Amino acid sequence: MDLTYTPEQEAFRAELRRFLAENLPEDVRDKVRLGKRLTKSEMQDWHATLNAQGWLAMSWPRKYGGADWDAVQRQIFEEEACRAYAPRIVPFGLKMLAPVLFEFGTEAQRQRFLPPILSGDHWWCQGYSEPGAGSDLASLRTRAVRDGDHYVVNGQKTWTTLGQHANWIFCLVRTDPDAKKQEGISFLLIDMKTPGVTVRPIVLIDGEAEVNEVFFDNVRVPAENLVGEENKGWTYAKYLLTHERTNIAGVGFSDAALATLKHVAAHTMAGGKPLGQNPHFAARLAQVEIDLLAMRTTNLRMVSAAAKGQAPGVESSMLKVKGTLLRQELSALLRRAAGPDAMPYLPDFLEGGDNADPQGPEHAPAAAPGYFNLRKLSIFGGSNEIQRAIIAKSALGL
Amino acid sequence: MLRDMLRRFLDDRYSHEARRQVLAEGHAFDMEVFGALAELGILGAVFAPEHGGYGGTGTDLMVVFEELGRAGVVEPFLGSAVLAGGLLAILDPDGQRDLIQQIINGEAIISLAHTEPQSRYDLTHVTARAQDQNGQVVLNGTKTHVQNGAQAGTLLVSAREAGGPFDADGISLFLVSGSSDGVGCIGYINVDGTSSARITLDAVPLAQGQRLGPPGQAIAALEAAHARATLALCAEALGAMEAAKTLTIDYLQERKQFGVPIGSFQALQHRLADMLIEIEQARSAVINLAGHMESDRLTRERHVSATKNLIGRVGALVAEECIQMHGGIGMTDEYALSHHVRRLTMVDHIFGDTDHHLERFIALSGTSDAIGKDDDARQ
Repeated sequence: MDLTYTPEQEAFRAELRRFLAENLPEDVRDKVRLGKRLTKSEMQDWHATLNAQGWLAMSWPRKYGGADWDAVQRQIFEEEACRAYAPRIVPFGLKMLAPVLFEFGTEAQRQRFLPPILSGDHWWCQGYSEPGAGSDLASLRTRAVRDGDHYVVNGQKTWTTLGQHANWIFCLVRTDPDAKKQEGISFLLIDMKTPGVTVRPIVLIDGEAEVNEVFFDNVRVPAENLVGEENKGWTYAKYLLTHERTNIAGVGFSDAALATLKHVAAHTMAGGKPLGQNPHFAARLAQVEIDLLAMRTTNLRMVSAAAKGQAPGVESSMLKVKGTLLRQELSALLRRAAGPDAMPYLPDFLEGGDNADPQGPEHAPAAAPGYFNLRKLSIFGGSNEIQRAIIAKSALGL
Repeated sequence: MLRDMLRRFLDDRYSHEARRQVLAEGHAFDMEVFGALAELGILGAVFAPEHGGYGGTGTDLMVVFEELGRAGVVEPFLGSAVLAGGLLAILDPDGQRDLIQQIINGEAIISLAHTEPQSRYDLTHVTARAQDQNGQVVLNGTKTHVQNGAQAGTLLVSAREAGGPFDADGISLFLVSGSSDGVGCIGYINVDGTSSARITLDAVPLAQGQRLGPPGQAIAALEAAHARATLALCAEALGAMEAAKTLTIDYLQERKQFGVPIGSFQALQHRLADMLIEIEQARSAVINLAGHMESDRLTRERHVSATKNLIGRVGALVAEECIQMHGGIGMTDEYALSHHVRRLTMVDHIFGDTDHHLERFIALSGTSDAIGKDDDARQ
């Protein structure tokens, strides 16, 4: 297979790199580089910058304001954006809801919901997991009962990432409690300003409230907010889980983390010499770089297959498992590199405050929180155990 | 008996919710609980009878700290009693009898101010200096990661009277009041809920009698005290592993997905079984170290590095596996597991990590001439 990029793809990369250099504010870039927490407006501003360029909705058709990039172009963008330490694009509206609307929504729904995703007026979050429905997502119990031209929703969602910023949530709800568990689920769009919706933050091990619980108490949702057919929601959810997952390996994130780690290893002194020259640390670093070299090609092989229209199936499970383990290992090495300076917990520094005394080098305060935060990678979006079960069943036929 | 009493007390008084509450209110620890533990005699168990305690053996340290680790205790036992108190007992047991007694009674908290911004895990890396300045001997330097430094009334400060940054010779220890002129202190909370401080020393005047032991000869005592403190820390990690393991076993039995307890999945059973094997290895490593506290320096230090390396590896395994087997709930601040995981993870950042101790174990074992010479040069 061809592992080189075409001249057009290289020119595309150069254009992206130029744009990122010129348009990414330095303070935001530094926050991302140092693992600090971004504010809502910083994330929104970056979306607006990309949208003005026409690059926010990378895979959308042009007629809806998208860039219509193929999988390789999207991969190049992810690589360059990570390399530049750009904020990640919040995926819920752009990369998760929109593909479902393109495939299963009505034209009226597309006209209504796609423009505010681009403008930033709607910030979407994902209402999938529940306290009793994690890996076994199809056992979800949030109930939607049809009442005239509305659904009445009762129940609870959890692990809702960035739900504190969101004003809309797409939910999997149970509309037929008597059907087999996968067959009674519907895909419903809910305005979070509707009476009866409550959001409660969940503080995690890194000290940040990145995820939330969302409660629904007799929430009335117009029936026109149902996507596709009633009781077919599981099909749409599965579609969402297997498409648009070309970046699931997070190779761009790993590349950026490796670059940071090498810089830190070269500038951290251990026993009178740079940490990068310590044989044990150097071996760990080399090992993860070797894995990443192969991962980049594994990813490219699967991405180029997807670009030719072959939808990634079990490949996305493989990319997820290996990609998340690599990112976690890199975060563990950065924590290790920080040495004793990984210990202080400095929320003011992480929030971008000016007065916080970092106690050590600038990369150190986020090293432990970042390591803890990335434990989520092997849990969410279908835990790595679920992915392995899929691989065993689909790829191995066991 | 000590173990049972301590466990009963902590079960009763040191719930996860109570601990969280104290930390949420911005306290470094619960003074009342600390006082009650002192009354129970926990601090006395850390010191030998000739120093006013009733314990002080490796086994005593192991028993006490395993229980403290099981409950996630953040009160100042390790830094104050074992490390700084241990140095008092080694260097000047008679002269410091009163201060040691105050530590045992829970009336005094003292901190060793030794680590510096550039020293990472090297005990010999000291650049703070004690020197004559305008006819007065003064201390200058910066110390960091000083355990409970902001709560300590008395600091035990290391400083050079001779030599360069990595020289083993030339380091002395000085007793300095935390309120002395020229002592600056910035306290902070650590990721695991413990507290530390950065201490600045700006021409802090020293009087006769503040130096413990002969000038420039403190490294052997520092190493011996760190051996005891490393044992205590490893035992604490063992307790945290046991607590994390228990929570995980319970959760696997109680959490149902796909209509069955997730503990019925063989994939998880095998991982838990592997973890159990590794925790037993960790216990053996702590027992090994506890049994070699009184051995010759080389034997003791080989066990220090062996145990700390193994605890670092198993600690990471237990931390990561327990979270993964729990799923999202294991990552929440509300749930005790995430606090054990934080401590287990941070243990590898105190007194040397797995890599540091692997390298040191190799050097002490003399299997690598190059590293061996390098190490000899630093001792």
